[in-house]
This record gives sequence, structure tokens and C-alpha cells, in this order.
Amino acid sequence: MKFCSTVYTLWLREIIRFKRNRSRLLGSMALPLLFLLVLGSGFGGFFRYRDDISYMQFIGPGIVAMTLLFSSMFGGLSVLWDKQFGFLKEILVAPVSRTGIMAGQTLGTVTTSMLKAIVLLVGLLAAGVVKADILGILMALGFMFLVSAAFVSLGIAFAARMTDPHGFQLIMNFLIMPVFFLSGALFPLEGLPRWLFDLTCVNPLTYGVDGIRGALGGPQQFSLLFDFLGLTLFLVAATAVGTFLFRKMSA
Amino acid sequence: MITFAGGGVGATHSTPLADKKEALDAAIIRIEGLAKTFGSLTALHGIDLQIRENELLGLLGPNGAGKTTLISILSTLLPPSSGGARVCGFDIRTEQDEVRKCIGIVFQDPSLDDELTGAENLDFHGRLYGMDSSMRRARMNEVLNLVDLSDRQDDLVKTYSGGMRRRLEIARGLMHSPRVLFLDEPTLGLDPQTRRRIWDYIRNLNALQGTTIILTTHYMDEADQLCSRIAIIDRGRIVALDSPESLKQGLGGDMLELEVNGSRSQFLESLQALEEVGHVSVHEDRVVLTVKHGEEFIPRVIELAQSRGVAVSSVSMRKPNLEDVFIKLTGREIREEIVTEAKDRIRIYQTSRRR
Repeated sequence: MKFCSTVYTLWLREIIRFKRNRSRLLGSMALPLLFLLVLGSGFGGFFRYRDDISYMQFIGPGIVAMTLLFSSMFGGLSVLWDKQFGFLKEILVAPVSRTGIMAGQTLGTVTTSMLKAIVLLVGLLAAGVVKADILGILMALGFMFLVSAAFVSLGIAFAARMTDPHGFQLIMNFLIMPVFFLSGALFPLEGLPRWLFDLTCVNPLTYGVDGIRGALGGPQQFSLLFDFLGLTLFLVAATAVGTFLFRKMSA
Repeated sequence: MITFAGGGVGATHSTPLADKKEALDAAIIRIEGLAKTFGSLTALHGIDLQIRENELLGLLGPNGAGKTTLISILSTLLPPSSGGARVCGFDIRTEQDEVRKCIGIVFQDPSLDDELTGAENLDFHGRLYGMDSSMRRARMNEVLNLVDLSDRQDDLVKTYSGGMRRRLEIARGLMHSPRVLFLDEPTLGLDPQTRRRIWDYIRNLNALQGTTIILTTHYMDEADQLCSRIAIIDRGRIVALDSPESLKQGLGGDMLELEVNGSRSQFLESLQALEEVGHVSVHEDRVVLTVKHGEEFIPRVIELAQSRGVAVSSVSMRKPNLEDVFIKLTGREIREEIVTEAKDRIRIYQTSRRR
């Protein structure tokens, strides 16, 4: 009961802040839309995945995963801003469990990230770029949740260890961008050079992209079950590390 | 002169056992041998202190003296390196949640969520402390009234002035009706008018609500005006503990300040030899001394100076203040720390500008 109300309190804060910042919603959708429209149309002219699958259709699910990756990681890192602005102290001095705080923070950011990704997904469906049945959409939502929760936890893990928000840029350059580019969001994995293929295989986002794409009726590298297991494993690991570091963190 | 033993709790009782029991009952915070080291730096050297219920205690000392560290340990944000403390009867090491429920804290640095309204900040706090919605609403109105923020409660905190933010933080610290409230430099970086208003709120809280208040400050006047008892902290040690009046009386009389030219060593020696002269200190060309019956002493000191070949260009007399107490105890002026204070202000300014 106490635990749940802690989770709810932290979740509620994220939602209130999200509602208040519609401009931020647009801002965080701009990059994915740019990728989708410019790359999709630009390469779409001379590259088709298969005769029946256009390039736009191929990268659509990848861009959904990208939206999740960016907003989830940055959401997790927002703990760092709370640290910088002192609000974290207010949270940490309260008589509540750290695990509850971590869970609430995670769920809040997962919710807002999912909302952004869902807006994009609805757009893709409405424009007919991807076609999926209800079951496919539900499965895609499941994969989206796993991706988001795992990367929020990872972001919190980093935030717990960092003290300086300027480290953001470093994480952006050396983690988020490589994870995105090496995930098979923009190109198929088959026929890649060996070193590149190996790198994509150790990248958890690869399984997220593959799962979402498969659920939405696109071509798959692995099976849905394999994607699900891979992602779940990553989620468990990220949550464990994130929770451990968050509990150890001092304000 | 200066008593270290805590302002005479039960001092008039006859049996030592009863004294001790009463002191223990009345102490809402008991600190025993509390020490904290950060690597090779020792921030606190074995602090012993008992704080009574409904007391308004000031922790006075320059920046870096260990005040914030002490408060962080008492509020369970930092573990002590050795020794321990009980707050509201609970152990700060093993009963953290109970301690946290019993205390409220206003941090030195800002700690509000700018993107929430004042009311939302309070509501968030109430939820975290397990208050139900009717209790939250009732208490919110109470604390907002107390700090005169009711009319701004639905505005975003980022539109608040520095003083309003501070008041909101005080209100938030009180939201869950804590028995003990810690205020870490509550008026740092605020203008004089706002400071005075905040002093009024603090006084009211202590008097009307009976909240025990522990505040840290490096402003002498703040400690003097507000606190019923002052612990002077320097370099991680409590060097004096008493009411402001007793601390000042402990200096023994009036403060004479002389501006002098010429070779002073002989003059100072003969000054110190006089029975009625207490502590003598020198700051550039000013000589400050404590003396009983200062008015009568002025002609004598001028005479003495002339006979030792020292020219006195001005004399002023005043009642001693806590700054004098601090100088006597540590040989340094708290004012030396003003540069650091300015840095603090810049830090707060920068922090509040981001986002």
C-alpha cells in the first residue's frame, strides 16, 4: 500500500510535468519525424527491402524504437537534473523506499515515452505505412514497453553514478547514437559484414526493433519469442543495476 | 564564563539522578560522540549535544565549519563515521524511516520542482509522507497561510521570487507536522526585508506550533535575534553552547574599539596587565578589547596610550555581539568568510537560472 502510493506519487509528478510541456512533446517528436520522412523518402526512391515492402515501411518500426530509446534514456537521466536542482534531496529524505521511488520514476517516464511512440505509431498506421491487425498492435505495444522500461532503468543507472549534467553529451555520443545506428532500425541485418552483425547482436535495441517490426507485420531477423526473451533479459539486468545504483546514490 | 553544559537543564534540582532523567526526557535530539570524515578531511570531531523539545537552537559558524554535515547526518541523508544520535527517540542509523517522519528539513540549496505549482509541490510532499487527501488539503491551507503564499499557490514555482521559494520550502518542511524542523541557512542570499519576514515566520512556528527548530547560520544577527540557545561550531567542534545573552555576558562588559597609530606592543602589554580588561584582539590598526564599565575606562585608556607613545585617532564603545564571542573563541572573524558567502549566492543564482 505504502509502496504503491510512493510509485503513484512519483508517476503523477512525471505526468503533470509532461502535460505542462506540450512544446517538449513536439520537440522530442521532431527528430524521429525528420528521420522517417527524409530518410524514408530519400532512400525510398532507389531502395526497397522487398518488392512488397517499401523502405519507409521498413524503417517505420525502427523510428518508433528510436523515439522510445531517446525519450526513455533522457527521461532516466532527468534524475540527474533533480540532483542538480536539489529536488532529489526532497525525495530521498522522505520516509519511503528507494525502490518505490525508482519504480515510480521509471513508470512515469515509460508512460510519457510510450505516449510519444504511440502518437508516431498511430500516424504510421493512419498513413498506411505499416499495416497490422489488433493482435500485432498489442504485441508491438508489449515490445515497446519492454524497450522503454529497460532504457529508462539504464538512464537512471547512469544518472545515479553521474553528478554533472554536462556528461549528457558524452552519453548521447557514445551510447545513444551507436545503440540507435547499430540496431537494424535503418538497415536490414542480413548480409552485413561480420563485425557489424556481431555488434548489432549484442545491442539490446536490435531485439526491440526486430520485435516491433515483426509484430507489425514486417520482415524479421529473429523470432518474436527470441526477441521477447532477449529484451526481457536486458530489462531485468538494467532494472537490477539501476535499482542497485539508485539505492546506493547519495543526494 | 561560557558554559558548555547546555544552558542548565534541571540545574536547580538536588539529586543528580533526577537531573539526568529529566534532561533525557526533555531532549528531543541526543547526539553522542558524532564524528564524520570525508577521506582525509574530518568534518565533525565527536560532537556531543542535547537539544530540548520546543527549543530554537542556532548552529552558528563560518562556512565549512560542519553545520550542514551535522544536519545531513541528523536527517539521515549521510551516515556518521562514528558515534550516533537519536532524533525523537529514534536511532538515526537503524530507524531511518521513523526519524524521517518526525523531522522536516529546509535545505541550504533550493530543492523545489520549478515546473510544478506551489500547491503541487506541497501535495507531492504530503503524498510521500503518507497523508490522505483531506489531511493534505487541510494542512496545505494551514502552512500556506503561515507563510503568506495562499494567493500564489497555483502559480508555477519558476515564477516565484527567491524569498517566496524559501517560504514555500519552509511551508513544505512543515507540511507533515514534524516535531523537529531543520533549517539550513534559511536566509542565505535573501534581501534584509525578506530575511526579517522569514525570522518572524520562524519565531511564530516555534512559539505557536511548538516545533523544535534547529537552524544553521553564519549570520551573527540572525542567531542573536532568533535563537534561545546557540552552539558555536568551528572546524567541526562545538566551541560554545549557551543563550546569546550568556555568551555575550561571558565576554565581561563592553567592547571598546580604538583606532591607533604607532608602535603598539608596549601598549597592548600594559592593557592586558589591567585587571578590568578582558580579551584584547588586534585587527589591522584597530584594537578591540572587552572591559567592565567602558564609559569610565575611556579616559584611562587614552591616557595609557599616550604614555606608551601610541596615538589614538578614534574610540568607540558598544555592547558585545556574537561576532566578538566568535573572535574570542577562535581568534578569527566570521566575516573572513564573506567571500565564500558571495560564491554561494552566485551558485544559487546560477542554479535557479538553468532549466
